[in-house]
Amino acid sequence: METENKNVQANRFPWSQVIGFLLSIVLTFAAVWVGKITDLSYSQIAIIVFAIAFIQAAVQLFMFMHVTEGEQGKWQLGKMFSAAFFAIVIVAGSVWVMNSMH
Amino acid sequence: MVEFIKDNLILNDPMIVGANISILLTVIVLVFVLTYFKKWKWLWTEWITTVDHKRIGIMYIISALLMLFRGGVDALLMRAQLTVPNASFLSSQHYNEIFTTHGTIMILFMAMPFLLGLMNVVVPLQIGARDVAFPYLNNLSFWSFFFGAILFNISFVFGGSPDAGWTNYAPLAIEGSPGPGINYYLLGLQVSGIGTLLTGINFIVTIIKMRAPGMTLLRMPMFSWTTLITSFIIVFAFPILTVTLAMMTFDRLFGTHFFTLTAGGNPMLWANFFWLWGHPEVYIVVLPAFGIFSEVIATFSRKTLFGHKSMIISLVVISGLSFLVWVHHFYTMGGSANVNNIFSITTMAIAIPTGIKIFNWLGTLYKARIQFTAAMMWALAFIPTFVIGGVTGVMLGMAAADFQYHNTYFLIAHFHYTLIAGVVFACFAGFVYWYPKMFGHKMNEPIGKWAFWFFTIGFNVCFLPQFLLGFAGMPRRVYTYLPEDGWTALNVVSTIGAVGMGIGFVIIVYNVYYSLRHSKMETTGDSWNGRTLEWATATAVPPHYNFPVTPVVKDVDAFWQMKQEGTANKKDIEYEPIHMPNNTGTPFVMSIFFFIAGFGLVFEIWWMAILGIAGSFGCMIFRSLRSHVYDKGYYVSVEEIKRLEQPFHKEA
Amino acid sequence: MENTNKLNTNVPLEYQTETGKLNILGFWIFLGAEVALFSTLYAAYFALKDGVMEGPLPIDVFDFNYTIIMTIVLLTSSFTSGLAIHEMRRNNIKAMVVWLIITLLFGAGFLYMEIAEFIHLVHSGATLGTNALWSSFYLLTGTHGVHVAIGIVWITLIIFQALKRGLTPDTAKKVFVSSLYWHFLDFVWIFVFTGVYLLGMVK
Repeated sequence: METENKNVQANRFPWSQVIGFLLSIVLTFAAVWVGKITDLSYSQIAIIVFAIAFIQAAVQLFMFMHVTEGEQGKWQLGKMFSAAFFAIVIVAGSVWVMNSMH
Repeated sequence: MVEFIKDNLILNDPMIVGANISILLTVIVLVFVLTYFKKWKWLWTEWITTVDHKRIGIMYIISALLMLFRGGVDALLMRAQLTVPNASFLSSQHYNEIFTTHGTIMILFMAMPFLLGLMNVVVPLQIGARDVAFPYLNNLSFWSFFFGAILFNISFVFGGSPDAGWTNYAPLAIEGSPGPGINYYLLGLQVSGIGTLLTGINFIVTIIKMRAPGMTLLRMPMFSWTTLITSFIIVFAFPILTVTLAMMTFDRLFGTHFFTLTAGGNPMLWANFFWLWGHPEVYIVVLPAFGIFSEVIATFSRKTLFGHKSMIISLVVISGLSFLVWVHHFYTMGGSANVNNIFSITTMAIAIPTGIKIFNWLGTLYKARIQFTAAMMWALAFIPTFVIGGVTGVMLGMAAADFQYHNTYFLIAHFHYTLIAGVVFACFAGFVYWYPKMFGHKMNEPIGKWAFWFFTIGFNVCFLPQFLLGFAGMPRRVYTYLPEDGWTALNVVSTIGAVGMGIGFVIIVYNVYYSLRHSKMETTGDSWNGRTLEWATATAVPPHYNFPVTPVVKDVDAFWQMKQEGTANKKDIEYEPIHMPNNTGTPFVMSIFFFIAGFGLVFEIWWMAILGIAGSFGCMIFRSLRSHVYDKGYYVSVEEIKRLEQPFHKEA
Repeated sequence: MENTNKLNTNVPLEYQTETGKLNILGFWIFLGAEVALFSTLYAAYFALKDGVMEGPLPIDVFDFNYTIIMTIVLLTSSFTSGLAIHEMRRNNIKAMVVWLIITLLFGAGFLYMEIAEFIHLVHSGATLGTNALWSSFYLLTGTHGVHVAIGIVWITLIIFQALKRGLTPDTAKKVFVSSLYWHFLDFVWIFVFTGVYLLGMVK
């Protein structure tokens, strides 16, 4: 039964939550470090901190929200992947198109 | 208050005053009829509060037909104005309002509800389910659509219609249009968009989770497949519209600077976001249409649909690509060559999976014993007509060429060829095909064919010349032209065609009345020797629980397979009580609050807007606190089931 | 639709009824729609932020350390709501309610900090109508904030229901769905923090 997975058994320490929490904090501060302490160019910083943001988002999806849980876990995961795809299309697409206007 | 009404009631235009009076009279007659026949309670319990997907679907379709009438009248008025040069039948202001409402109504308040209505009626039956996953939300979807449409529609008699085109570009729509008109557009669409998004979520969950045992996704009928894919597009596209409408609402009402001419606003950003939604939107309407044609063509060719798997793959590809082509709507707005080239490529690419579908339909027809019913004729006419729309779309999709075609009558002809031959033909085909499932009798075939010929010939006479008008240089959205332009002859022909379409529509409406009086009642659930499960009910109109026992599916074309095997319509089955959801009045009330909020925002009456929003939240809180009682539902007893499964019982 | 006779106790309470499974899947789909919604707001910010002449620049008026604290506060509330679900699955309704209340307190704290920040920004000349950058900033962060406020009301109502009726498949489903919503708000904030605040401080 897919719902009976590691995160769901009773009487266990909430590892998933704690690790997710700690990872999120680490990733947040890593991004802050890249943005404020290092001396990279704006676009380099942007790429790195967005990559870190996507990683943190994935961490939270899996460790906090248990996206693959339930009979429909694969659909849920697929939905979030397609959401990520469309988010990139909407944001990057709009910025690219609007910046190209003259 | 009196000042407010006096300022906004439009009394100087005879057509609008006439419309006002007829609306008033219609409402009075309706109220009188309902009171005289003591039908208020019936209306409330059987229709307003229903959660039965079949009834909700019928309400959607009735609304769509009313909107088709209004949008069609808009079209005839435009054609009348354009028949001869320098006509003064409509002023430019009036003409602008009419083409705006024509486009908005036809796409958002006619095509969408018609297709959503058919999806509602058919899909749960096709997958062997008893209802959709969220019946309460389904009721809310309908009423929020309905009140959004009402909000939009009262604009022309109170306050003035929007007049910036259905595309509502800034800065015309912001700095260029003070007053309530554009607000009606923004809020009407906003309210009615809520319902559509909820429907998208509803159908995804329904199709994923509630299919009959044995119905794998690959065995699911094509109309349900297109519903699933369309719902995915809705879920990702409609929120874009929500935000975009909100941003312009804020610009107009609260002084923000998203699309304004000053303080860093970017009017072109509106076009970008509008079409990020707008292009997927046209696939939201065309994919269910393709699904309807797949059903009709397969049934009346008496063959399984050719290339079932490639149909599904092409659906998925189209849905993904539909989000990657939006810039083709504004190649001429000033984007770089790189941008225009990339989007030309993606736009032309989307023709490929569409072409695959056309070949599959042709493959289904090949060597088939075709039955030329009215529904089938709509489907057969669709194929060549839509192809004309499609190939002219590829022409438009080439950015460099589009600099010649953009916003001429060539464009208008293209999208009418795809939208009418694609979507409207499908609505008519689906309407005729599933009519017995909705009302228990068929529409009259000969009359239906007359309607078909008038409409289809009229359509081609109306729009084929418009390609030529585009080449001759006639721009879009002009309220008149000069004799020396040389466009008169083609415009005259086009108007004649439009009249033909109007006659076709009138015949269809007449057919509804005629069939009610003269058609024989259907004696079984299988009106056309159908292939899919919606035809597998004991009675033509299914009982509210659809199937007494959930069918078990073994193959594509489940019902056809059951009939071959002899397992269809078994009579001596053990019935068990069936659990059904309760009716509900809360969504109706919530939608009225949406309307109040919308109306308040349209006229910047802040206390009204706050009241409406608070009321909507109040209904949600009420729902949250009472859902454990509501969700218990009720049970249909075994005796009731036995009674309803008899073909000639009296409907409860 | 509800089949209370056949509870499968290997499965968490919220998944045990048909309604529960449908609602949870439906909510994930809704979250997909919310991603599209926030993406559009986000895209507007990025498309508009560079074209402004008048008005203060973010780098001049943001208090970045303050924002880091806000971020940690919201993240913590997401963490504690996860702990609440954990306790719910151990059938510990009292502990669940305690963690939920802590969640709401942190959530309210985040909201308070955000409103205070808005007031500071307004005093510094960055208002809703100042220019396109600030309009899109306020609409993006404001929409997120309204979502948080709605979440607080929603979860409060659910705490009452859980206390009143105990942990049933129905109340468990509601707690779970509201916690998915709450987690999602932090998910969105990661991107707001990164793209608006952090990048706003660069250069």
